[in-house]
Amino acid sequence: MTPLAKLLEAALFASGRPLPASELAALDPTASADELAGALDEMRDRYDIEGHGIELVELGGGWQILTRPEYTETIERAQLATRPARLSAAALETLAIIAYRQPIGRAEIEEIRGVAVGGMLRTLLERGLIDVLGRAEGLGRPLLYGTTPVFLEQFALRHLGELPRADELAVALRAQPRAL
Amino acid sequence: MTTMLAPLDSGAAPFVVELEHFSGPLDLLLTLIREEQVEIADIPIARICEQFLLRIDTLGLGEAAEYLEMAAGLLRIKVQMLLPRRGDDEEWDDPRAELVRRLLEYQQMREVVDILQHRGEDRRDRFARGYLPLPPVAPLAPLALSLPELLAAVDRVLRISREPLMHDVISRALDVDSAIDTILSVLAHRGHAWWRDVVADDAAPWQILSALLALLELARRSELRLVQQRPFANVEILRDAASEAA
Repeated sequence: MTPLAKLLEAALFASGRPLPASELAALDPTASADELAGALDEMRDRYDIEGHGIELVELGGGWQILTRPEYTETIERAQLATRPARLSAAALETLAIIAYRQPIGRAEIEEIRGVAVGGMLRTLLERGLIDVLGRAEGLGRPLLYGTTPVFLEQFALRHLGELPRADELAVALRAQPRAL
Repeated sequence: MTTMLAPLDSGAAPFVVELEHFSGPLDLLLTLIREEQVEIADIPIARICEQFLLRIDTLGLGEAAEYLEMAAGLLRIKVQMLLPRRGDDEEWDDPRAELVRRLLEYQQMREVVDILQHRGEDRRDRFARGYLPLPPVAPLAPLALSLPELLAAVDRVLRISREPLMHDVISRALDVDSAIDTILSVLAHRGHAWWRDVVADDAAPWQILSALLALLELARRSELRLVQQRPFANVEILRDAASEAA
């Protein structure tokens, strides 16, 4: 591997979180963006072609070294690492609404879901998937929520733009009921 | 409402689903609409409403206020649909419109949930190098300093600080009584004296304080009067007229 690829590999190994391109670039100020991309490609190809137990994945706004899925069961059974608990359908619904409508207040979420979401918000906050972005101007200045980088990472998204746009979804909001 | 107690299918086992099966009334409604295989925009309210009430009962969802609220909303729409409309030329608002809008919005959101679920599963199957908290602020590197540098620094500090001023604090009792005697003896000869006459120029602080307290005490006893023309002026001591008369 080239010295740059080795440097990036060491940095990605040392960091537990995805490293964005800006942080990787800071490791070697002399390297151009093309050289960085080339080094990342080289590293990924090396893992894939030589058949490593780990792979280089782009997600959460950066790059991260992850284990390959085929070893997950065995690793978890040996209690070396634990998969994060699955989110309930209700929590996922709440998260999806926040991802699309952020910054969004609690009342708005409840209007879409048709149920109270106070407990859901607490769970999502505790797991670091959402955060308070600020307060709305309106009555009572309600808290506004938005998604965090942890959300992108745990759902293997490079950025929010990777979610389909609202008008790309099969059912568009514009659809009108047909008159009888 | 008695009809909803009728079994769904007399031949089948009782239909039991946990509350968690549905994430909310909209979810249940959407499921019913799918089962009925009708268009969201064309909900047969009467049938869906009946089904909804039936499910609420079978699932024991009666406790959940949101489900009851939705049921009430469905009944309201059903009633509105039954009301006769006026002339066809008049604009008619489908009472289902708002419900349809909410259902479509909800369905769209469910689609996103599917995507998130899929991606989340994908990511759950891979381990990173452990979830680490944000990188800690690196501690300062140990001070790189040689012994001569340290000694030179100590030397500089010692040079800057001069010989320290030392004080011996000796407690000395004030002698107000003898000061009173002195003042009275001075006044015995002359009816009028100055502060300077009762306190020597080289008097120690304890002597000055004793004299001051003695003067104040005598003034209190009305044995003399103290007069000061202006602030910081010499204090004039006058034998009190009253005591003189006595």
